[in-house]
Amino acid sequence: MANSNLKMTYVRLRSIRKCLLPIWELKQQRFLHSMSTIKCDINENSSEFKENYSHMNSVMQTFHQTLAENVFKIDSRSEKYHLSKNKILVRERINKLLDEGSSFLEFSQLAGYNLYPGEEKLPSGGIVTGIGKVSGNLCVIVANDATVKGGSYYPITVKKHLRAQEIADDNRLPCIYLVDSGGANLRFQDQLFTDHDSFGKVFWNMALMSAKGLSQVAVVMGGCTAGGAYIPSMADESIIVNKTGYIFLAGPPLVKAATGETVGAEELGGSNLHCRVSGVTDHYAEDDEHALQIARRIVKHINNEKALSSRLASSSVHFKPKPPLYPAEYLYGILNPHKKNAFDIKKIIACLVDGSEFDEFKANFGETLVTGFARINGYLVGILGNNGVMFSESALKGAHFIELCCQRKIPLIFMHNITGFMVGKDAETGGIAKHGAKMLTALSCAQVPIITLIVGGSYGAGNYGMCGRPFKPNFLYTWPNARISIMGGEQAADVLITISKQPENEKAKLKKQIMDEFDVQSSPYYGSARLWDDGVIDPVDTRKILSLSLSVCLKRTIEDRAQFGIFRM
Amino acid sequence: MRKQISKILIANRGEIACRIIRSARKLGIRTVAVYSEVDENSKNVLMSDEAYFIGKAASQESYLNQEKLMTVIKQSHCDAVHPGYGFLSENAIFSEYCSQNDVIFIGPPASAIRDMGIKSTSKNIMAKAGVPIIPGYHGDDQTNSLLKEEATRIGFPLMIKAIHGGGGKGMRIVFDKNDFLNQLESARRESLNSFGNDSVLLEKFIVAPRHIEVQVFADQYGNCVHLNERDCSIQRRHQKVIEEAPAPGINESLRQEIGSAAVQAAKAVHYVGAGTVEFIYEPTTKNFFFMEMNTRLQVEHPITEMITNTDLVEWQLRVAAGEELPMKQENIPLNGHSVEARIYAEDPYNDFLPGAGPLTYFNVPENSSDTRLETGVRQGDTVSVYYDPLIAKLVVWGSNRKEAFSKLHSRLLECHITGLNTNIEFLTKLSTNEKLLRGEVNTAFIDENKNDLLSKTKPTPKIIVEAVLGLILHEEERQLQEIQNSNDKYDPFTCERGFRVNSSYKRNLKLVGSDNTEYNLNITYQKSNSFTIDIEGMGSYSISGHLEKDSKQNTLICKFSDTVTKCNVAIDAEKFIHLFTNEGIFHFEVWSPKFEQSVLESGIQNAVAPMPGIVSKVLVDVGSRVTSGDPVLVLIAMKMEHTIKSPKSGLVKNILYEVGQSVSKNALLVEVEEE
Repeated sequence: MANSNLKMTYVRLRSIRKCLLPIWELKQQRFLHSMSTIKCDINENSSEFKENYSHMNSVMQTFHQTLAENVFKIDSRSEKYHLSKNKILVRERINKLLDEGSSFLEFSQLAGYNLYPGEEKLPSGGIVTGIGKVSGNLCVIVANDATVKGGSYYPITVKKHLRAQEIADDNRLPCIYLVDSGGANLRFQDQLFTDHDSFGKVFWNMALMSAKGLSQVAVVMGGCTAGGAYIPSMADESIIVNKTGYIFLAGPPLVKAATGETVGAEELGGSNLHCRVSGVTDHYAEDDEHALQIARRIVKHINNEKALSSRLASSSVHFKPKPPLYPAEYLYGILNPHKKNAFDIKKIIACLVDGSEFDEFKANFGETLVTGFARINGYLVGILGNNGVMFSESALKGAHFIELCCQRKIPLIFMHNITGFMVGKDAETGGIAKHGAKMLTALSCAQVPIITLIVGGSYGAGNYGMCGRPFKPNFLYTWPNARISIMGGEQAADVLITISKQPENEKAKLKKQIMDEFDVQSSPYYGSARLWDDGVIDPVDTRKILSLSLSVCLKRTIEDRAQFGIFRM
Repeated sequence: MRKQISKILIANRGEIACRIIRSARKLGIRTVAVYSEVDENSKNVLMSDEAYFIGKAASQESYLNQEKLMTVIKQSHCDAVHPGYGFLSENAIFSEYCSQNDVIFIGPPASAIRDMGIKSTSKNIMAKAGVPIIPGYHGDDQTNSLLKEEATRIGFPLMIKAIHGGGGKGMRIVFDKNDFLNQLESARRESLNSFGNDSVLLEKFIVAPRHIEVQVFADQYGNCVHLNERDCSIQRRHQKVIEEAPAPGINESLRQEIGSAAVQAAKAVHYVGAGTVEFIYEPTTKNFFFMEMNTRLQVEHPITEMITNTDLVEWQLRVAAGEELPMKQENIPLNGHSVEARIYAEDPYNDFLPGAGPLTYFNVPENSSDTRLETGVRQGDTVSVYYDPLIAKLVVWGSNRKEAFSKLHSRLLECHITGLNTNIEFLTKLSTNEKLLRGEVNTAFIDENKNDLLSKTKPTPKIIVEAVLGLILHEEERQLQEIQNSNDKYDPFTCERGFRVNSSYKRNLKLVGSDNTEYNLNITYQKSNSFTIDIEGMGSYSISGHLEKDSKQNTLICKFSDTVTKCNVAIDAEKFIHLFTNEGIFHFEVWSPKFEQSVLESGIQNAVAPMPGIVSKVLVDVGSRVTSGDPVLVLIAMKMEHTIKSPKSGLVKNILYEVGQSVSKNALLVEVEEE
């Protein structure tokens, strides 16, 4: 009897604990994670999901095939020549420069894709750029690919180089230049020589960044001719590889032409000259690998506290990351490019944010713009995503939300899937122009980091209102299913035909021509080739890329307040 | 006569000092340790109740300094001194010095040490006492007829040795009586030519001899027992490597015979305390002959303890205090089988060259009823150039010989030591050697089987893949550790291992195995933390896994497509990978390009130390002209001399060390400048 009593007590105790525990845990959870989970009806067995999935699958196949043929394929003759000089291929150079296992956030791989008709392919625009960890420090790496036209600069190469420097400057990162270039492509000199954002700006950037304490390190692993000679010369520290590295303002042929002097490349600008006599370079390397080792050592000693990857701006408290409730592959079943990208943005958010937890702001007001707070890899962010056309209310809500994030120093993430702002009499009467302007003012003046993601359509003023490229988001990425243009092809054609003086019978032909043109130009490949973004990325990798990008832009201190311009009331 | 021993000084270091402290503590005896300047932080110093500094590293100035030891004995009020083994353990003068100062020397009386100390004397005493000694003729009469007569008496095969001979010169083995005179003449001629003297001695030639020794123990009252025999035939450089008790192939009657002979030998010199009588044993004839007696506790005493359930240090302490032997002969058991392997800091693949250095990783089996790991070092300690390079003794017990060797093998695989060369891999080979397991041993065993024993097990592809995974996970752990100190604790640049936009991270790596085989590897970081590892010419493997870390070890769990494996891994200097698996121990070095090796390469042009040691002679002066290959300096390391030769011809520009200075491995000793 006594024994069974004892047992009873024990059982009761256990059941009390069982009851208490969930309550306690719930409290704990409420306290720690009081965010609400996005409940959405993503069903991988639904016919809609399957249909979307198979469409996206073909979009992704095209994407990876395009990359394989136009980005990662190396011209075999150039490769052989490159390797014969005991040089390492560009991406391998970067791998050896980075810390073992460090991620590399590479930018704009499609730069130069189909850009110069009649020219050969220009993989990655002839230059590989990105951010990775070197000796524990985040660094921007700019590396010429000598297997692409001898690493010479096309206008897009210059643009990509300058963009990498801009990223370094914006995010206060040191730069490492792996130089292996024949200099400017003379046949394009009119497009790259001396405009505002041209080749010369590379050196201006180096001077200004050095002045700000952002270390500039150059590794001469091949030719550095003419303008290129200024990269190691402008650098804070430079390394040259024996036998393959050369630096001269004019190479032997030009010297011969200019002064009649006959001189060999080694004598004119080789490693021995520059390390022992001219002092143009500081470090002498036996080969590529040695040079990269020296570069790693240099970075170890830059002592730039802001560059130290370990330091995260104190304004963002880093939480332990939680994976989303839905696997990233589900995005393929949500996106529906064949239906003009008519999907619920909250489903996208659910697949990207920690624990699929999203706290909405003004959920019942201006519902075509979804705003709210979430965490990505533990970083607190404010998200703005489109669920339809932008109305005055949506714009006002957007401006309000941007102000909130600026006051709280929370980075913003814009997710584009927008056809534009509402048009028509009602809209204009309601002052949609001034309300849209408020949103533009707010995002233009925001002092917090902004990452823009084009997940679907991005048309017209909608592109601007959602912080498109001209509004200088810290990073901008595009999905392969995205469409970007000033308006839809059909609308554009209609507008043009309405105002055209063409005879009626040719209008149909013109309409088709315009629509075809828009179709090509609104493709993400077209935009990325021209550097309208920092890369076309796989939706599945997006969470990782957002995390890496946030980690980069959160390392610089966010100013306390944004200074906004006049909000037209 | 009973005396109280309440505190002892241990005039030794290392594992034996620790061993003695344990037994003393059991008896309530306090212990005093002594240490030289390099042993200040050693394990025995911390284990003892008191510890005193006794001088410089060189043993002459510390552990062999009798006056200094006596001062400490007085100062710390010790009743007795335990000499351990080596150092002063067989020093009759010290033994006498102790008794003069009224300090108990835990060991035999000086007279016994002296009697056994000189081989010819001891053999004479043994012959008189009726202990079998190797038959031979050592007389002055060198006539052919007498020598032949003696030879017939001794029996064949026999050995003719030139009295002044050495290095095999003037030595002949004669198998047949009819051959004797011819061989005698031949030996004489050679000896005359080589040494200018043709006197010879004759000795019975022992075929495939074994080293069998008997542990004896005597008290002050004339009681003497033996505790069965040990076989110590497995030797290299005349030092024991593996010892076992009892000896294989010895039956009970032979055991009694050899045991009584040992007791007889001890009694002949009025022995007191622990001693070992060594015999040379001929398996073919089952004859055994007295060799010598070691008047101390031996390194391998634990295997005797294991089969007799005794504590010989405790016995020593009791006997020294005047107690009678704790056991009578008929009560001494023989339980099962015990084997000891000596783990040395040495390089078996380089002629067993002794080594020294730090024990960067030291993870050894725990002691249990069937396993004893006796050591005086811990992780982080250094094996010094000044003393014996013994790192540890691994002693196991099994109910039979087969079981004992099988346990020895598995425990050896649990001995994970890095930072310096050890003989563990060699010992594992020994512990599974078929001939050894069959008991077919003799003192030339290692030499005769060196091809098998010194062959290196080639790593299988899976082992190589495990090594790579171990390295990658180790790097990851280090990098994650670094970001733990920041407020970006989940920094995706580190946490998202090797992420690449729209592609995958490919990495090439070259590993060099311990036999200098190079393995070219292409590693692809796949999604979800798995890797594809392609070993050039050996296939491609998909693998994922993780490290499980506890205070003692890093366990690497590897998931292949068809199997899950588990092993231990240690990585030094981000470069040396040591894999401890069930298949054996494997070492790899991550190959680094030549520009990183330039520091070492520059040394090759000059005379460098091949190993850590002490300079004993400098053979050249600054300015001397040397040709390539000329000896320039002599280095002593662990009782061995190494002559350092000039790598090139020229003038001696600089001599960087003086006699008596210690040098580390690869230290530049003499600079030679080409003319």
